[in-house]
Amino acid sequence: MSVLADDLIDLAATRKSRGYWGNVGRRLLRDPVSMICAAILLLIALAAVFAPYLGLADPYLGSMIRRLRPIGTAGYPLGTDELGRDMLTRLVHGGRLSLLIGLLPVVFAFFIGTTLGIIAGYLGGVVNQLIMRTVDVFYAFPSVLLAIAISGALGGGLLNSLLSLTIVFIPPIVRVAESVTTGVRSLDFVDAARASGAGALTIMRVHILGNVLGPIFVYATSLISVCMILAAGLSFLGLGTKPPEPEWGLMLNTLRTAIYVNPWVAALPGVMIFTVSICFNLLSDGMRSAMDVRN
Amino acid sequence: MTPIIAIRDLTVCFTGERNVNALNGVDISLAEGEVLGLIGESGSGKSVTLKALLRLLPPRRTRMTGSIHVAGRDVMALDEAALEDYRGGLVSMIFQEPMLALDPVYTIGDQIAEAVVRHRGVSWADGRKRALEMLEGVRIRSAKRRLEAYPHEMSGGMRQRAMIALALSCGPKVLLADEPTTALDATVQIQILLLLRELQREMGMAVIFVTHDIGVAVEISDRIAVMYAGRIVETGSLRDVVKNPSHPYTRGLLHSTIHGARRGERLDAIPGAPPRLDRLPPGCPFAPRCALADTSCVQGDIAPVFVTPQHSARCLKLGNPAHARAGAA
Repeated sequence: MSVLADDLIDLAATRKSRGYWGNVGRRLLRDPVSMICAAILLLIALAAVFAPYLGLADPYLGSMIRRLRPIGTAGYPLGTDELGRDMLTRLVHGGRLSLLIGLLPVVFAFFIGTTLGIIAGYLGGVVNQLIMRTVDVFYAFPSVLLAIAISGALGGGLLNSLLSLTIVFIPPIVRVAESVTTGVRSLDFVDAARASGAGALTIMRVHILGNVLGPIFVYATSLISVCMILAAGLSFLGLGTKPPEPEWGLMLNTLRTAIYVNPWVAALPGVMIFTVSICFNLLSDGMRSAMDVRN
Repeated sequence: MTPIIAIRDLTVCFTGERNVNALNGVDISLAEGEVLGLIGESGSGKSVTLKALLRLLPPRRTRMTGSIHVAGRDVMALDEAALEDYRGGLVSMIFQEPMLALDPVYTIGDQIAEAVVRHRGVSWADGRKRALEMLEGVRIRSAKRRLEAYPHEMSGGMRQRAMIALALSCGPKVLLADEPTTALDATVQIQILLLLRELQREMGMAVIFVTHDIGVAVEISDRIAVMYAGRIVETGSLRDVVKNPSHPYTRGLLHSTIHGARRGERLDAIPGAPPRLDRLPPGCPFAPRCALADTSCVQGDIAPVFVTPQHSARCLKLGNPAHARAGAA
């Protein structure tokens, strides 16, 4: 009779056997908020990537007589900036740099931070102390200040701001990776893997990584919005991208003189930063709950 | 015949804020193809013995003395690389809770294949082939589809079968089973026990089967060792120990099982609690709970006293008439 039971379970399993990530994806698809956010992000990203082919005006072409036109002006659907450049073009083109410096540092920090965190969490002892205390040093500074300090020391420019933001985001990711790793390390399946002869490297690479990647990934996506804002802040302070390059933070900076003349246009880059960061945040929330399938 | 497992005077002490003497001189000798049931209550050192055998205990916080030889190899002297070959290759282990002991993010097939590839150095495809063989070997139905299943998609009994398949995939000579049936319900329990017995005979493995359930131990063991406070207090053949329990603790254990008790009758329980392992009393650790204990019991270690050449108990009161009466009661 238990054979029959096994068969029934068998049937049920084959019907839904899609794997862990398959289930996460399915649940994410059913969450309207996440899907809307993903759609908005996809739209902005696609627009940014294909900006040169969208038939928009030249983002660098200014006009002294058509400065600070309001939203809705004929030919300039989103108005013009303080140098008479088309805002729509500049916002779309600005997305290229803004998304790049919002994403890349988090991606780099994700790889480096996860590696360090897993090593610290799994090996423990002296190695853990060494890595975690070094990380603590960076924690002594507020992240904004740290980014500004490193950028300031290295000098302005895109590469340097990428580097400084990467350094800023490594410590929090190491922290999260270390704490989830210590949680997973003491579980039975790690002991079971050791009992079946897996070495430290195999366990970290296969068993630990497979089980901690989810939470770290979710945490990292929530950092993207912070990173975008920090990057915008760096540009705003003149430490990131340089004019006339279109970038949302920098645009916010140069347009701030126009805040009394044409506040709606001046606020547009801020709206973009806000939209993208809140979408990333909501998406990461959605992913967090979608990943709870196992429990 | 030389025993496949020879443990001599093994002590394990966990150091730290307080030193916990988890094992205090354990001797185990096991012949090839023999099944030893290791019984005792929680904290008596059963699992620690198994983990010590695999050298799985954290080296920084553990002090081990004594000797462990498995198939002629000095386990205490193995380096990290040799240990990796040894674990899973020569000796492997199955755990109490298969849901926790299987990695939740990989399929069963991949987990078995990974172990086979590591130990046998075969290709991934051959590893998968072996995984299929093993799943069929542990009588999992439609094994082919099961290869692609994740642990959470299987029932408890099937997970434990998969765990056994994983442990046996590299043809170990010794299997350590750490309460493999405790987390399962009664009907599945007996199926797993029968399966283990069958596989043990088929493959001629030596098995150390840890359990706190005497009924389970009786079902599978050739020999029994009873542990208390990090010592083996009584050891002998299954028949000897069950028919003629010689240590008061063993008798207490046998009396305290519910099997055969009549309704309305009070169940016998052993009074008191096991001693704290960081402050072991001198002499017999069971003395504070023992009805027969007197001052001689708490002076110095008690050596095994042989009832028959194969049956021994660490008790001074073995020849005592009061002991015999208590035994008959």
